[in-house]
Amino acid sequence: MDFAFFLIQLLNGLQYGLLLFLVASGLTLVFGIMGIINLAHGSFYMVGAYLAWSLAGMTGNLATAILLAIPLTVVLGMALERLLFRHLYQRDHLYQVLLTYGLILVFEELRSLIWGDDVHGVAVPALLNASISLTENLSYPVYRLAISGVCLLLAAALYFLIQKTRLGMMIRAGASNRDMVQSLGIDIKLIYTLVFALGIALAAFAGMINAPLSSVFPNMGSSVLIICFVVVVIGGIGSVKGAMAASLMIGLAETFGTVLVPEVAGMIVYVLMAIVLVWRPQGLFGKA
Amino acid sequence: MTETPNASGVPASAADTLLEGSGLHTFYGVSHILHGVDFAVRRGETIGLMGRNGMGKTTLIKTLLGLVRPREGQVRVRGEDMTQAATHAIARRGIAYVPEGRGIFPNLSVRENLVMAARAGVDGRREWDFDRVIQTFPRLGERLANGGAQLSGGEQQMLTIGRALMTNPDLLILDEATEGLAPLIAREIWNIIKTIRASGIATVIVDKNYAAVMALADRSVVLVKGRVVFSGESRELADNEELMHRFLGV
Repeated sequence: MDFAFFLIQLLNGLQYGLLLFLVASGLTLVFGIMGIINLAHGSFYMVGAYLAWSLAGMTGNLATAILLAIPLTVVLGMALERLLFRHLYQRDHLYQVLLTYGLILVFEELRSLIWGDDVHGVAVPALLNASISLTENLSYPVYRLAISGVCLLLAAALYFLIQKTRLGMMIRAGASNRDMVQSLGIDIKLIYTLVFALGIALAAFAGMINAPLSSVFPNMGSSVLIICFVVVVIGGIGSVKGAMAASLMIGLAETFGTVLVPEVAGMIVYVLMAIVLVWRPQGLFGKA
Repeated sequence: MTETPNASGVPASAADTLLEGSGLHTFYGVSHILHGVDFAVRRGETIGLMGRNGMGKTTLIKTLLGLVRPREGQVRVRGEDMTQAATHAIARRGIAYVPEGRGIFPNLSVRENLVMAARAGVDGRREWDFDRVIQTFPRLGERLANGGAQLSGGEQQMLTIGRALMTNPDLLILDEATEGLAPLIAREIWNIIKTIRASGIATVIVDKNYAAVMALADRSVVLVKGRVVFSGESRELADNEELMHRFLGV
């Protein structure tokens, strides 16, 4: 493996890992703060991808489509929190799993009714449709670099929001003592709605920006959901920092695994998970 | 008794009454905890809420704050019916709560515990801010970067009181603020409560140290099995050995 080839795999692995982080961070936030297991999280990834495809078709431009789709997914997230998820915070995880599994079926059916069951490609925006040549016959697509850059920016913004702002302090406080937060005059229900909508929007946004690479197809959320649960478990449930570390680990492991040991590539992430859990059952950054 | 809790509870000077519960009946599941309790706090007043364990003091506080809903009766905040209001809405009308067991956020630093609560008072007043809280509790100033869970019991208590003050309240409710603290630290907490009282903030104090409560409180209210059995001047209760023995076992 020469250096240019290695570099390409490295960039691919990082880009895949960063994208996973966008989806997994929402999953781990919603679990860590509201205690909700959201099996439908992958469906929002799919909704994002389909919205990007259909709006890009209407507007002729992926960037415009994404700008239109983000507020839609935020509204969707807020509405679902108010109508459904809010009633599950104090309930057993079994109820949450039942509801959110039901939601997966509802979203798949709606997707089939609205958008059909075909696979669709999404064009890379013209501005980013270029390659950087590394050697005579190897080059790297600018769009993938752009995805990595956007994901890094969002990860930094998320870190700033949660660690440095008063809203972030309230969010973290809400994870430890809900009644006390309210007793200080803070509307915890509003904060939960915001966190939930943020998680949904991040997953959907990941689906949108990845649509040109993955294309859009039925059930595309389920494989993402499973890998994101692996990320959350490896990183430590509820830890955004852990989600970042685990996403990059999995992104790199899967990318290099596919190239170096293609026979067992499918099981590499699960072996990784097993090793981490034997070593640290609470995950990399989880609390014991 | 100078003031007997009757049907009207406390005189009708509603503008002066910060927090008032009347005819409160509260249940936990099937257990009937409060049996028609009347309770009111006026502006600037210090009230000792007394009674042995399990008599309903904490339940009364939680009912007044909307953390537990009464099955019957009414909660009014500054004259406004807030029986069904959200806890945060009640707190925003100038009521701060230092709960039993302290309720600090262990996953936040000392600084964050304080900063997250900062808010102007009901009339826009910002007498208490981060700097003043640190002046009042210098020990906290030395531990700003520490996690809430790394503090000693006394420091945690100071943090909870400081955090409550950050909301610039008109009424501070302290539930067992000195519980489990070494005598010297407890005395420090009592001094702080005195300072807070002197600054004009009304206080409701629940504490096992009855003598200290009565020395500080303008009025005392005694609960026995979810009923108000005494409500009047603290001196009157302190001087009456028979009442003290019958209601508080002292």
